[in-house]
Amino acid sequence: MAATNTQSWSFRLTPTRVLLFILAGMAAAIALWRLIVGLGPTTNLNDQWPWGLWIGFDVLTGVALAGGGYSTALIVHILHINKFNEIGRSAMLTSMLGYLLVMAGLFLDIGQWFNFWRPFVSWGYHSVLFEVFWCVSLYTTIQVIEFGEILTERVAKPWHKFFRKIMPFLLIVGVLLPTMHQSSLGGLYLIEVGKLHPLWWSPFIPLFFLMSSFFVGPAMVAVETSLAGRAYNHQVDLKVLRGLAKIGGTLMVIYLALKAIDFSNRDAWQYVFAGGLESNMFLLETIGGVIIPLIILISPWGKTRSGLVTYGALTALGVVVNRLNVVITGMVNYYGPGYIPAWTEIVVSAGLVAGGILAYCFIVENFNILGHHEEHEAA
Amino acid sequence: MSKGVLVDLTKCIGCGSCTVACKLYNDNKFEKDSPAIGENPKLTDENWTIVTAKKTEKDGQPVWRYVKQQCLHCEHPACASACFAKAFQKTEEGPVIYYPHLCVGCRYCMLACPFDIPKYQWEKSFPLVTKCQMCSGKVAKGEAPACVSVCPTNVMTFGERDEILALAKKTIESDSKYVKHIYGEKEAGGTDWIYISDVPFEQLGFRTDVTTTPLPEYSHSFLKYTPYVIVGWGSLLTGMYLYTKRRNKIAQEEKKDVHL
Ligand code: SF4
Ligand code: SF4
Repeated sequence: MAATNTQSWSFRLTPTRVLLFILAGMAAAIALWRLIVGLGPTTNLNDQWPWGLWIGFDVLTGVALAGGGYSTALIVHILHINKFNEIGRSAMLTSMLGYLLVMAGLFLDIGQWFNFWRPFVSWGYHSVLFEVFWCVSLYTTIQVIEFGEILTERVAKPWHKFFRKIMPFLLIVGVLLPTMHQSSLGGLYLIEVGKLHPLWWSPFIPLFFLMSSFFVGPAMVAVETSLAGRAYNHQVDLKVLRGLAKIGGTLMVIYLALKAIDFSNRDAWQYVFAGGLESNMFLLETIGGVIIPLIILISPWGKTRSGLVTYGALTALGVVVNRLNVVITGMVNYYGPGYIPAWTEIVVSAGLVAGGILAYCFIVENFNILGHHEEHEAA
Repeated sequence: MSKGVLVDLTKCIGCGSCTVACKLYNDNKFEKDSPAIGENPKLTDENWTIVTAKKTEKDGQPVWRYVKQQCLHCEHPACASACFAKAFQKTEEGPVIYYPHLCVGCRYCMLACPFDIPKYQWEKSFPLVTKCQMCSGKVAKGEAPACVSVCPTNVMTFGERDEILALAKKTIESDSKYVKHIYGEKEAGGTDWIYISDVPFEQLGFRTDVTTTPLPEYSHSFLKYTPYVIVGWGSLLTGMYLYTKRRNKIAQEEKKDVHL
């Protein structure tokens, strides 16, 4: 493939990329400023609203969208469904970058950032956040090591054999950990009983978070491969995308059914069509982000590339809206309106994404990511 | 046993001495734009206790009542269970106290507290969470917290929680002016600071929809599955991994056979 030993590193600078660089640079500057002066001057967070965009978007949404890595790892490497091999690497790369950005976002959000390692030794196991923290940091590490397999194809080659040997172990742990922290991110909100709006608070919120993080995987793959496909002239076979989307779609149907049962159990249907901010946002997330994508999948349009990309984009947006609804919309009723993200918060969030895209492009252009067909012998 | 404080809201005249005593004892600043008493005081990083003047109604007549607010020192504190760094801990004597050097600053405690007590030092570079510590040093010596002893009308009674609870029950039973509800007896699974009043608590701004289940149990109901998930799901994944890999290998070999 493109990356062989003698070739030099390449990175084209296009106008879009320059823009992304500027955005990432601005974000870095604001981040530095925030680390120096604290959260008050650089965010709109306050005593009423201790968590905002950075937790809602950078962390909760970031982890969910990066979930594509573990659902594809499960499908490709654990279930060994070989026809999906070719998307394995790019999905895992996006996921790794996603998690690195989540870690960066989290780091910016915590007040005593030099104390970030504390929970490792304090052992506050009674907190759901403890599980989140351990799993997310371990998983990020694992993904970086997994990436070592790709990295050593080009640099530090003697290590390559070693990485291939440990891959199976990494892959299994790499599915186990996300299963835990995707659900525990929802579990964080169990203690918000009576605060989080009943459209979102549920004893099953961990399960809902887990399921949505899983079905957003195929959706992300559809979007990401079509973007990368256009940029790098490497189109993934439609059958592959369609097959993945079917797995995702099935899960979305189960998700809807479970939501319905849960609403009946808790007598929460009354809120669904009650009008007002909460019910509108809920309908947006459910109809726009789950039901319409499902209809697209069933319709003939769902067999075309544009149909699949639309399904993917809508599903991913639906999950974004869902996570922001939990962190922000669902709390408005209890805390009152008192928080709108500051421009600095928005720029940092956007800059993190921009940085991620740049890193993705660099890695794809220099390592064997796209069109990696053969199944690893060791895996 | 846990110490606690009984607050009899019928006795409070809203003088605010307790808020001053609190600031002096804990070395907290007085801030002009965020007063600790009046009609709109706010708990902040410098106001660990406040007294709100509330115009309300009793028997059709407008009346003023004064509500002292601070951490309720829950028997099963949500803040402590939410903290993954153990920066909040409940002491044996009752106070729920904060260890700043352990805090990471995630603010999950602020979200977890059912009474929205913990506040943050937003303006500082390295902010800490703040809240009433029930003058834990004094309590450890058997003394009442600073606010309690300074009150001119004896609104607050400091003692063993079961004793003050018994006192609260006796008081509301023996005098018909009291509403038949001891706030904090059951809220959030029980708190060490409890309140009695002659005006319904919701009229005074108390959150009356708080669950009576201790909040840590909500997290526990989820976390208790973790070990099973690790073992069960972990072995299932390993099993599937080995099985499907072998299946593919056999399928490949069979294909080869056909070809030959
Ligand atoms: S009132 Fe809030 S801050 Fe105080 S102990 Fe209970 S949960 Fe913690
Ligand atoms: S902000 Fe500090 S005290 Fe509160 S939960 Fe986080 S680490 Fe614990």
